[in-house]
Amino acid sequence: MSGLIVTPSVGRRAARRAGDWVPAAVVFVLAIVVWEGAISAFHIQQFLLPRPSDIVSTFWTNRHTLWPAGWTTFKEALGGFAFGSLGGVLVATVVGRFRVVGNALMPIAIAANAVPIIAFAPIANAWFNPLSSTSKMAIAGVLCFLPVMVNTMRGLQSADPRQIELMRSYAASELEIWRRVRVPTALPYLFTALKVASVLAMIGAIVAEYFGGAFNALGVLIRSDAQILDFQTAWAGILVASLLGLALYGAVVLAERLVVRWTPATREA
Amino acid sequence: MSVSDTDPVVRIEGLTKTFARGNVTALQDIDLELMPGEFVSLIGPSGCGKSTLLRVIGDLVEPTAGSVTVNGKPAKRARADRDYGIVFQDSVLFDWRTVAKNIGLPLEMLGWDRDKRKQRIDEMLDLVELRGFEEHHPWQLSGGMQQRVSIARALAFEPALLLMDEPFGALDEMTRERLNLELLSIWQQLGSTVVFVTHSISEAVFLSTRVVVMSPRPGRIAGIVPIDLPYPRGVETREETRFFELVTQVRELLRSRGEHLLPEEELGLLEAPE
Ligand SMILES: Nc1ncnc2c1ncn2[C@@H]1O[C@H](COP(=O)(O)OP(=O)(O)OP(=O)(O)O)[C@@H](O)[C@H]1O
Ligand SMILES: [Mg+2]
Repeated sequence: MSGLIVTPSVGRRAARRAGDWVPAAVVFVLAIVVWEGAISAFHIQQFLLPRPSDIVSTFWTNRHTLWPAGWTTFKEALGGFAFGSLGGVLVATVVGRFRVVGNALMPIAIAANAVPIIAFAPIANAWFNPLSSTSKMAIAGVLCFLPVMVNTMRGLQSADPRQIELMRSYAASELEIWRRVRVPTALPYLFTALKVASVLAMIGAIVAEYFGGAFNALGVLIRSDAQILDFQTAWAGILVASLLGLALYGAVVLAERLVVRWTPATREA
Repeated sequence: MSVSDTDPVVRIEGLTKTFARGNVTALQDIDLELMPGEFVSLIGPSGCGKSTLLRVIGDLVEPTAGSVTVNGKPAKRARADRDYGIVFQDSVLFDWRTVAKNIGLPLEMLGWDRDKRKQRIDEMLDLVELRGFEEHHPWQLSGGMQQRVSIARALAFEPALLLMDEPFGALDEMTRERLNLELLSIWQQLGSTVVFVTHSISEAVFLSTRVVVMSPRPGRIAGIVPIDLPYPRGVETREETRFFELVTQVRELLRSRGEHLLPEEELGLLEAPE
């Protein structure tokens, strides 16, 4: 019964959402065209910047090495993302239970968040087996950990005191207040951090691979191709990295849409 | 109930509340007893401690001195027993819950099962005329509609003691008068005790068995006006001579104590008969 009412509006919403994408798609296609045209027009050397069409065709010929390499790197990023984010949420949850600890830790966490963790990448290879994926996962994980922890902590602390007061008037336990007020308040904060973390995880994994790693990893491939001046293959590798990065980011956005249905971002005009 | 009809529902003795932050004495030496089934309005200029008094009764704020007993037990115990429902000055709704789920929140806390909750929520939706909005989220509603959700939420579990902080402040005159009548009939049906904060003299007189007039800085009780209008009260009550006499009485008490804080025009506006 209500399905009759809902279906067309969902259809309309989908159409409008697709409509929202049109300008971006136009700009994207234009940019590719300009890129392609500029290289012919200004006779740009292919080692400086290859044509998009060449990058795509190089990707296609090398797809049997590039995809497995991409998958290796993606698994490292995903592992780091999962462990780092989970760790961030856990620490924030434990710390958030004790305001004093939270207040003491917050400035340190924010300062640590400003440290360029990526600088540790060469050292991480010394800590773990440089050929293993553990060191890359570790870098990606640490990169994800801090923003997720800081944001979750902030989210758990920013619950509306009036809502907590209302819950107290129902004689709600701390656990109930946590479940019904603090967690829902923190979720949008968490997803903002997860989006940042998903990007950082890919960056972490690839940069860590620049300093050595298994032969069939994206970062290693891009670096060695660049060294032997095979820039087109390097660019094809970058293309794969971009696609995988976008996929991870998109997955987080999708999860956010499903879980957080009430924030202004998902509100209808 | 173990409480007999002659024991007060709320007994406030020598209550003083000083906020350490800002060193404000919000309430000083308040003594007040509310008998079962009473409808008591608190009225007074802004900042005189009405909300604070309500919070102290609800054990949401600790008194600095004095004691508050609810149903013969300390306020803390009464809160643990879920003896009261509260409507805050702002609607305090949960954005992530739909209207229906917001209304059902106290019922969930009380462990009602789904069917029983649904039935009560439906009754409440009818009462506050929000049928058709049950699946909306609070930010999709107007301010007045939000406040009606928060009223429905407080009434949903039929508390024996209702603490209401300017519940109708954000509503238009027509809705306000309709809900005044609804509140009166619910109150008479349930036999609950109501503490009702308002800025409207006519609303206070229309609803209450007694009107407590407060004066500011520090918040004290300036006087109590018993309202001897007979129940049930209806639209015609507002036209009775006695109604106007009582309105004038409350206004004079207010004026004598808090004139520098509540300008005359505002007073005139508040009690304007329709
Ligand atoms: N949490 C608090 N901390 C410090 N001071 C407070 C706090 N809550 C209230 N006060 C102070 O106590 C006084 C009384 O406040 P209260 O909110 O009880 O007034 P009110 O009578 O409800 O006013 P209004 O009619 O504007 O709602 C005010 O001076 C206010 O500044
Ligand atoms: Mg107030």
